[in-house]
Amino acid sequence: MTDSTTSLETQVARWRDYVHRHRAIAPADVDEMEDHLRERVADLTATGLDDDEAFLVAVKRLGRLDAISREFAREHSERLWKQLVLVPDADDAGSSEARRELTVVLTLALGAGLAVKLGTTFWDESTLLRNAGLLVAPFLAGYLAWKRRLTWRTLGMLGAAFAVLGVVLNAYPFDPSGSTVVLAAVHAPVVPWALVGLAYVGGRWRSSDRRMDFVRFTGELAIYVALITLGSGVLVGLTFGLLGLVDVDLEPALEQWLIPFGVPGALIVAAWLVEAKQQVVENMAPVLTRVFTPLTTVMLAVSFTVLVAVGGLTTVDRGLLLLLDAVLILVLALLLYSISARDPLARPGLFDVLQLAMVVAALAVDTVALTAMLTRIAEFGASPNKVAALGLNLLLLVHLVRTGWLLAGFCRRRRGFGALETWQTAYLPVYAAWATLVVVAFPVVFGFA
Amino acid sequence: MHIEKDLVAASATPLVLGILAEGESYGYAIARRVAELSDGHMEWTDGMLYPLLHRLERHGLVEASWGRSESGRRRKHYAITAAGRETLAERQAQWHVVSKTLNQAWEAVSRPLPGGPATAGGFA
Repeated sequence: MTDSTTSLETQVARWRDYVHRHRAIAPADVDEMEDHLRERVADLTATGLDDDEAFLVAVKRLGRLDAISREFAREHSERLWKQLVLVPDADDAGSSEARRELTVVLTLALGAGLAVKLGTTFWDESTLLRNAGLLVAPFLAGYLAWKRRLTWRTLGMLGAAFAVLGVVLNAYPFDPSGSTVVLAAVHAPVVPWALVGLAYVGGRWRSSDRRMDFVRFTGELAIYVALITLGSGVLVGLTFGLLGLVDVDLEPALEQWLIPFGVPGALIVAAWLVEAKQQVVENMAPVLTRVFTPLTTVMLAVSFTVLVAVGGLTTVDRGLLLLLDAVLILVLALLLYSISARDPLARPGLFDVLQLAMVVAALAVDTVALTAMLTRIAEFGASPNKVAALGLNLLLLVHLVRTGWLLAGFCRRRRGFGALETWQTAYLPVYAAWATLVVVAFPVVFGFA
Repeated sequence: MHIEKDLVAASATPLVLGILAEGESYGYAIARRVAELSDGHMEWTDGMLYPLLHRLERHGLVEASWGRSESGRRRKHYAITAAGRETLAERQAQWHVVSKTLNQAWEAVSRPLPGGPATAGGFA
């Protein structure tokens, strides 16, 4: 008896899963139809059918889902433009939980704002910039930890990591005019972000899939923050104009209150939006990669031609390595996001070849410039800046070369797509480790200069 | 007996409204009531009932509310509204005319026509 009950439960669950894929059928409709299905199954089993037979008949009698879905779509055309329900109506299930979540989000957003406000009040600019990530990230991690119901042990570890980072960034005797302090400030945000990632994956940091989810989350978050910033800019501009008419200057209020509270608040609210919308709205980051992958390839090809033709690589300034790192990061982000959204079972297609072309172009540009840079380092010696930029460049290079290799294998159908995915997620912690190294070890090695 | 699709579709709205006029009900019970009333002759594709109920809800002919079944599952209940009753009355009048007309036409067919088959040939 228990056996057949569980088998029925599995079948119903699988059926629900299948129905869910029809966009026009909302979850509430699935609930309604499931009730119908179960009643029908109960009636049929009462007439002597066993669970499996009853389930089959009941599903058959519901009719073809495509046709039902089409009817639903005619009735609710707005559903094809998926709506985002952040706080459901009072009579819907789960509304009190959604309200509680909103309260948590707003409290944390306020907390992050308060932390930044205190920072801007008591710290000089350099200290503030160095600690910026550390002021906001714990609140974001806190929200995710609350949402994922992290264990106290994981929470304790996260808290301890944040604390250690805080101590390192503020207790080290940095030379204010040195470069290690700048390097620490630039690399510092990566570490809290990795900790946010740990909270996001709910402590299951070994899981490749969960890591990929965090990558998706990061991309969507960036887009939402950008959109919120854009909207806020328009709003602030209009307010400025209106108040300017009556000679009230908004600028002090903007600098002292709106920005310190608005920016971290936007980040946390954006995280909430991304969490809420997950399945509802198509992910934007992968869509953008489709547009920018070919454009980036063209940009890289032009850069390569110019760098080789001009040939003045012996006179390039040290900003080149930093720029190159930025280019490689862009290329990798494009790769990562299109990989995160690709159906792993789909056959290799034109877009995969385009990606491979982009990787090859990026590697070509990097090789040319890296050779020039290495000769310069050999000539003038190493500085913390050069070592940090070079180290990151090498990490990115390894990442790209292996990605290109796996992608080529995939395009030639020698290899599945899974290897490519696993490589991306397996390599990500290396960046966090490198950033930690630059923040923690570089100042000591280079004497805080 | 198989009933043509178009006829099922045309009768669906007055049928559902009629069943709801008897009292509040929910999807599966409505489907069961239809089978019962038609002695099992009107078999709907069960799934199609829901888009129809939603359409009636949007037009304000029925009102829906979420409740629980005896076993605790979420269940959506439907009740007819005043506008629904008006529509039902209208549809009843229309169907009445249709069925009266059909009856009269068929009565004429079943009665032996004056002149018999010869006139029938005239129509063709």
